[in-house]
Amino acid sequence: MAGSIPGWDMPVEDGSTAGGFWRLAWRRLRRKRVALCAGVVVVLIACLAVAGPHFSGVRYDSLDWDALAVPPQFGGAHWLGTDRLGRDLFVRTLYGVRISLLIGLLASAVSLVIGVVWGMVAGYSGGRTDELMMRAVDVLYSLPYLFVVIILTTLFTRGSLIVLFVAIGAVGWLTIARIVRGQTLVLARTEFVEAARVIGVPPGAMLWRHILPNLSGTIVAYATLAIPQMILFESFLSFLGLGVQEPLPSLGNLINDGAREMQSAPWMLLVPAAFLVVLLLCFSVVGDALRDALDPREGPA
Amino acid sequence: MLAYAARRLAAIPPTLFVIVTLAFVVVRAAPGGPFDAEQSLPPQVKANLERAYGLDQPLATQYLHYLTAIAHGDFGPSLKYRDTSVGALIAQGLPVSLTLGFAALLVALALGVPLGTWAALRRGRPVDHGIMGLAVLGVVLPSFVTGPLLVLIFGLGLHWLPVAGWQNGNPYYLVLPVMTLALPLIAYIARLIRSSLLEVLQSDFIRAARARGLGSRRVIWRHALPPALLPVVSYLGPATAFVVTGSLVVETVFGLPGTGRYLVEGAIDRDYTLVMGMVIVYGLITLTCNLAADLIYGWLDPRVGHAS
Repeated sequence: MAGSIPGWDMPVEDGSTAGGFWRLAWRRLRRKRVALCAGVVVVLIACLAVAGPHFSGVRYDSLDWDALAVPPQFGGAHWLGTDRLGRDLFVRTLYGVRISLLIGLLASAVSLVIGVVWGMVAGYSGGRTDELMMRAVDVLYSLPYLFVVIILTTLFTRGSLIVLFVAIGAVGWLTIARIVRGQTLVLARTEFVEAARVIGVPPGAMLWRHILPNLSGTIVAYATLAIPQMILFESFLSFLGLGVQEPLPSLGNLINDGAREMQSAPWMLLVPAAFLVVLLLCFSVVGDALRDALDPREGPA
Repeated sequence: MLAYAARRLAAIPPTLFVIVTLAFVVVRAAPGGPFDAEQSLPPQVKANLERAYGLDQPLATQYLHYLTAIAHGDFGPSLKYRDTSVGALIAQGLPVSLTLGFAALLVALALGVPLGTWAALRRGRPVDHGIMGLAVLGVVLPSFVTGPLLVLIFGLGLHWLPVAGWQNGNPYYLVLPVMTLALPLIAYIARLIRSSLLEVLQSDFIRAARARGLGSRRVIWRHALPPALLPVVSYLGPATAFVVTGSLVVETVFGLPGTGRYLVEGAIDRDYTLVMGMVIVYGLITLTCNLAADLIYGWLDPRVGHAS
């Protein structure tokens, strides 16, 4: 896999070229302590979000009439407090994280598939096709994408999770398409691709077997950067009341609830906001580091 | 240059036409209609309402009618705010949204450029680390988190600034919404300026200017900063798109009487004409700002040839 793109087979700083592409990337990544810590935090939050609610014994929508809007108290029954309906904020936030992560992952997957295919086909075809496909990307780029998402979410019943991640993913593929197209252009001119073409490899097999594996580093790096973007979209929509609907929690609608109650119950805002901020921050730190490690020739800022 | 501007300008109507058509199709494909209220109307009343607004006609006819009306500058009546036209709603709210958006852009430039420059000139020092650390936070924090947090701190906690409201554009009431909208932009612009200035400072013409014995202040202000500003200019296009979407949140958080809420409300209430009107207005704003940014870029950077 290594060696196909100029620069990847260059000696790394410690003077050794041993190991494949992924091993080199891991070595570059390992030196970034901050990014590793951020990665650990992401994994911890994800584990907590997936496993946590099972152990608490309280459901995200169960009401505790004896504890309406109680502030956080350690050692108490609800140690991050409750909302005005007496629902446990800790459980609701973890559940919200879970939903936000789920939508973030699925939407990233949707946007990756569209973007990678679009970019590869455009970059490999070249000429008129390429121009037409990339012009379409330019036009979509000039639109405020959240706008498009808002209109798309009205298409179906509000609050359907499937619609949500399809809609978010459907507009998030533009950057990835551009990057993949650029890389494909470079790859299409390399000797091994030319050699494959000479022996008669059809375009489909060429993209799948020869181009795609060489794009994997880029794709992984941008996928990690795409996830926080998608989480952000989801929370934005839920904040505006267009995304995940009550009683299902998501970080966005929890923050919206909290913002409305912040005078009397500031913890309702601060708890989900803190989770969202930490999650976004860690994801983008990890993504940046991965991009540096996997794609040494710097993508767009 | 003029020919280029004219060609770009001429491309706006077709683009807008595509946007309008797409929006029309999507909004109409959505299930439910504008008159599906909680207490359902008697079928006859609903039919009469639909007839009155021309919603009983075939979709193609409605589309043609709509296009003709739009070409005459008529956005049609709002389906939810009865007795009000979409044009009147937009005319009422747009000044608020525009004030907010432009103020945010200005603040972002006025703070982002100096901060980025400062960080670049103190590269590797604590100032640089401090500014860039805050910038990462600024880029990551979404406005629906910073908005309520700013209110919590400066409004409810310190009582320095009013919590919400518009008060006919009283600057005092504008501080928090504008800052909320501008923060990510400040952070992003500071990062852009820092990296581009660092790159420019390493180029040969800067070394030549230094070698000629020019003072470092002159080198930075006259020679290094202008080319370093170019990425910021090209970022202004996406920045307006960001401001447009950000204003949806900011207007909700601070209860401002702008147009942002119309898009969301219109989408939820299936107020077809209102959503379409908002799509057209915001589409036009984004396209114009993108064009303006590109033209300014071409004017500032003689290397950009518009001949082809």
